[in-house]
Amino acid sequence: MSVQVEHLVRYAPGSTRRLLNDVSLNVPTGAFVALVGPSGAGKTTLLRAIAGLDTFEQGTLLLDGQTMGTMRDRARKIGFVFQNYALFPHMTVAKNISFGLDVLPRSERPSRSAIAARVQELLDLMQIPDAGASYPARLSGGQRQRVALARALATGPKLLLLDEPFGALDPIVRRSIRTWLKALHERLGLTTILVTHDQDEAVEIADRIVVMQHGQIVQDATPEELNRNPQTAFVMEFLGEAPSFNGIVQDGLMVPDEAGLLPFAVDASVPPGPVTAMLRPYEIQVCGPDERSAQEPVIPLVAEGARNGYRHYRAQLAERSVPFSIPDFTENTVEIQASGLLDISRARLFRDGERCG
Amino acid sequence: MRKYSLWVLTWVLIVLVLLMPPAVVVAEALKTGLAPALASLSDPDGLAAIWLTLEVTAVSVLANTIFGVLAAWVLTKYRFPGRSALLVLVELPLSISPVVSGLVWLLLFGVQGWWGPALEQAGIHIAFAVPGIMLATIFVTLPYVVRTLVPLMEQQGRDAEEAAMLAGAGFWNILWRVTLPGARVALFSGILLTTARAMGEFGAVSVVSGHIPGMTETMPLHIESLYNGYQTVAAFSMAALLAGMAMMAVLLRSAPEWLARWREKQA
Repeated sequence: MSVQVEHLVRYAPGSTRRLLNDVSLNVPTGAFVALVGPSGAGKTTLLRAIAGLDTFEQGTLLLDGQTMGTMRDRARKIGFVFQNYALFPHMTVAKNISFGLDVLPRSERPSRSAIAARVQELLDLMQIPDAGASYPARLSGGQRQRVALARALATGPKLLLLDEPFGALDPIVRRSIRTWLKALHERLGLTTILVTHDQDEAVEIADRIVVMQHGQIVQDATPEELNRNPQTAFVMEFLGEAPSFNGIVQDGLMVPDEAGLLPFAVDASVPPGPVTAMLRPYEIQVCGPDERSAQEPVIPLVAEGARNGYRHYRAQLAERSVPFSIPDFTENTVEIQASGLLDISRARLFRDGERCG
Repeated sequence: MRKYSLWVLTWVLIVLVLLMPPAVVVAEALKTGLAPALASLSDPDGLAAIWLTLEVTAVSVLANTIFGVLAAWVLTKYRFPGRSALLVLVELPLSISPVVSGLVWLLLFGVQGWWGPALEQAGIHIAFAVPGIMLATIFVTLPYVVRTLVPLMEQQGRDAEEAAMLAGAGFWNILWRVTLPGARVALFSGILLTTARAMGEFGAVSVVSGHIPGMTETMPLHIESLYNGYQTVAAFSMAALLAGMAMMAVLLRSAPEWLARWREKQA
């Protein structure tokens, strides 16, 4: 089921502050989209608006090209999983899952046995086949998560909306449920929109990432594109650690303000003036002092051990220290000396927070 | 040692203030034996009073349960201008003296009241009649269901209802299947508090009733009449019965807790 959001505006109740500020988003059928951003960015607000839980003041929202009518119409097409699962504590797992079927008008409601069969089918799908008779309080976080998902899927929706679904789970369960969810998405042919504040999670699971900030969409791209071409300094920083260096572009050369950083050539399209260069710690390179003019000040480098396949270092600049890392494998013979110069020529350039080169 | 003395003090206070009075009532009722006590209860006026009390209690509990559930729903699930004022207003009957609550109904429906004469002409009697007693009792017991439901429903938030809504449930399905079962312990507790309070209401009822024996006397009013007429045994028998009924209601409030504990032991 496709979702088309056009120029959506939602104000905070009783105020002129915009929770959603002219948001447009197009999710084609079968896509797995992650909405990411810091808290208060409007991710959940957008998700709730798509679900029809909240209204909006301006804009249009089309599901499969049509405006949605009543809540009951939506219910059949949308499955929603809440951040804290919102299971019904006084019902068994089976009753929780069958709720959407139990409340159907008599004429459309499947028979008791058909409902029971559907519940068992979902329990099997969620890999909790024996949980039907338990109450939610007896389940672990991961199991509750699966029950919430089963409940959302009971009526056979084509659009699945997930609000921070992994927030309360421990890291190992998180990882396994992520992979499993992705597989489920493929298998059931769903269109899925997931809200998360964890960019790693988004990158791993989604085929498109929508970064939000201050109620607006800052960038909407594939994980690869987002990493390669972040549109703003915020996106760059949000996606992971990104040391930044101020400097000035002049005559096609970026000259960093701080000592110990090598100037580098920039594209001719970059207008002269002050810029901020940002790059990932693994994109920073080190040159020995002898490779360039000996007058260049040399900065001390401190080794910080190896983890996650990288050897980590800190470069002691005059006012601060900057982390950088190089891949840790035996063939990598790069020897880091106790001091050197930093080559940051792989950086993306930003001016006033916007990408400029 | 200090812990022990506190414990003793608590029990002394409970016995003196809470247990002694009802015990004395029962003792007074049974002073001349069980038979006279039971006989006094089966007096026609006594039976009428018991019956009227049950009627009034049933109507008040029903009215305030329906009102309480809807009011708690509106107060916790929606944010609207004047909401906090409404939350305070709901408690008004708790703070106003019951006598004043009774007088209000007289001012409205009494012979010299605003609407009294018109209603009287239409043949509808409210003041000094059963409907007046019911109105007064409903007013006095109005806050209990709301006040026990609001904090719980507030704390539960809207998630479960929203989940139900997104599963396609309509208003009544959400109310019956999700909201009320989720708040059932608080609701039960509120209903029993209302029951206990409705049975015992004296002040407001006294003002609107007119004290017509066998007609508009509830149990508390009948007890007063008997006592003032020096019918001690009858007065205390009725009082013991009333106290017993109210205590039953209060004890029942803890029933869900006991049940849960018992189930836990079984499991």
